[in-house]
Amino acid sequence: MLLEASEIGFRYSKNQWVLRGVSVAIRSGEVVGLIGPSGCGKTTLGRILAGYERPHEGSVALDGKALPATGYHPVQLVFQHPEKAVNPRWRMRKTLAEGGGPDEQLLAALGIQEEWLSRWPNELSGGELQRFCVARALRPQTRFLIADEMTAMLDGITQAQIWHAVLDYARKQEMGVLVVSHEKSLINRLCTRVVDLTQFC
Amino acid sequence: MNRRQITLITTFCAAILLIGVVVGGLTLGEERLSTNLDIRNASPSLEHPFGTDHLGRDMLTRTLKGLTVSIGVGVIAAAASAAIALVLGMLAATMGKAVDAAISWLIDLFLGVPHLVALILISFTLGGGLKGVVAGIALTHWPSLARIIRAEVMQLRSAEYVQISRRLGKSRWWVASRHILPHLFPQLLVGLVLLFPHAILHEASISFLGFGLSPHQPAIGIILSESMRYLTSGMWWLAFFPGISLLIIVRAFDTLGDNLRLLTDPHRAHQ
Repeated sequence: MLLEASEIGFRYSKNQWVLRGVSVAIRSGEVVGLIGPSGCGKTTLGRILAGYERPHEGSVALDGKALPATGYHPVQLVFQHPEKAVNPRWRMRKTLAEGGGPDEQLLAALGIQEEWLSRWPNELSGGELQRFCVARALRPQTRFLIADEMTAMLDGITQAQIWHAVLDYARKQEMGVLVVSHEKSLINRLCTRVVDLTQFC
Repeated sequence: MNRRQITLITTFCAAILLIGVVVGGLTLGEERLSTNLDIRNASPSLEHPFGTDHLGRDMLTRTLKGLTVSIGVGVIAAAASAAIALVLGMLAATMGKAVDAAISWLIDLFLGVPHLVALILISFTLGGGLKGVVAGIALTHWPSLARIIRAEVMQLRSAEYVQISRRLGKSRWWVASRHILPHLFPQLLVGLVLLFPHAILHEASISFLGFGLSPHQPAIGIILSESMRYLTSGMWWLAFFPGISLLIIVRAFDTLGDNLRLLTDPHRAHQ
């Protein structure tokens, strides 16, 4: 499968384009890095690919077809701040079940402990919460994963554990991954290819 | 004592007072309301703390019964009003720009017309009585709460976990009922309690003006409007005690609502 964004243009205010003429393509099973200075539209591009925003110019296509507007989105985005990405009034079991039933093997790989499932979000740390957000996004229907600074606020060991699990899952399921990050070393370690947004700034 | 304890105690006292009035109004027998011409127009005494009226009826009993009717009308009307506010607020925030513009216009319209005028019109059109008053109050008191709920829903709608839920294939209705509605309950509860005093006062005022409840019901507005005829002949207790009681009840509800707001506001949890 091929996720293709062509000639994307996007702006938040009238005459100020954040992105213009940006094209990115990711194949199934590929791990691509996305780098660029702050404010150059990395997150915006990720949001457009995952269907959170509609581009003002250009289009996003999966295997040549437009992405679905309703129903399960085959491109899932994991945000930087897990505490905002879970409902504070839901226990973790419910949050996890939102995308479908939890996959025991995946939970083990991500290091999610059984007792965390019955806790409230404010009783877990950021790293623990982020594991849940990753587990929620990794469903069989997910064809591409956009990791927007997914592990930027986590310690090294947690980062390594989460990325191991994600890359392992991506390899097994032939899932494509776009790694949005500031950290050059992380990108070099994980990715087969790097897209630099600096040229579009 | 810290501020939180004081708030809790005043909330408790206000609640006890309101429950006491309702229980008193419901359990007091009719015999003290029967006509007794021997003691007509008696001034306050130990036997009749609020005095008696021109038919010799005990004013304390009448006041308690009247307040119970008023509180009942207030509860029903405020609940209906809050329900309207919830539905319209949710619709405005979730159904797109055209619906939002229409509902916002409606809110502005109802806020622009003085409550009492709209209330008299609606109540009069529906033929007065309990039905007219309840419908009138319910239809005029929702706009400010609807506006608060609309703003709250808009904020929740842009929350990341709500957007994620949509991308996980959940329908609008699913998201609204599971994610958004539970977050609105504190707002709704407080809005509801703060609507009571308005509802009670407006019920009393349109009954007083003669567009509300029928004179056979011992509503507080009826009692006050009757007492006007005897006020000039020096029977001050007919208006004084029921009026003061109404004020105290309204203040109690107001205190209750304000305190609930303080107690449920997480920013004030540690005061």
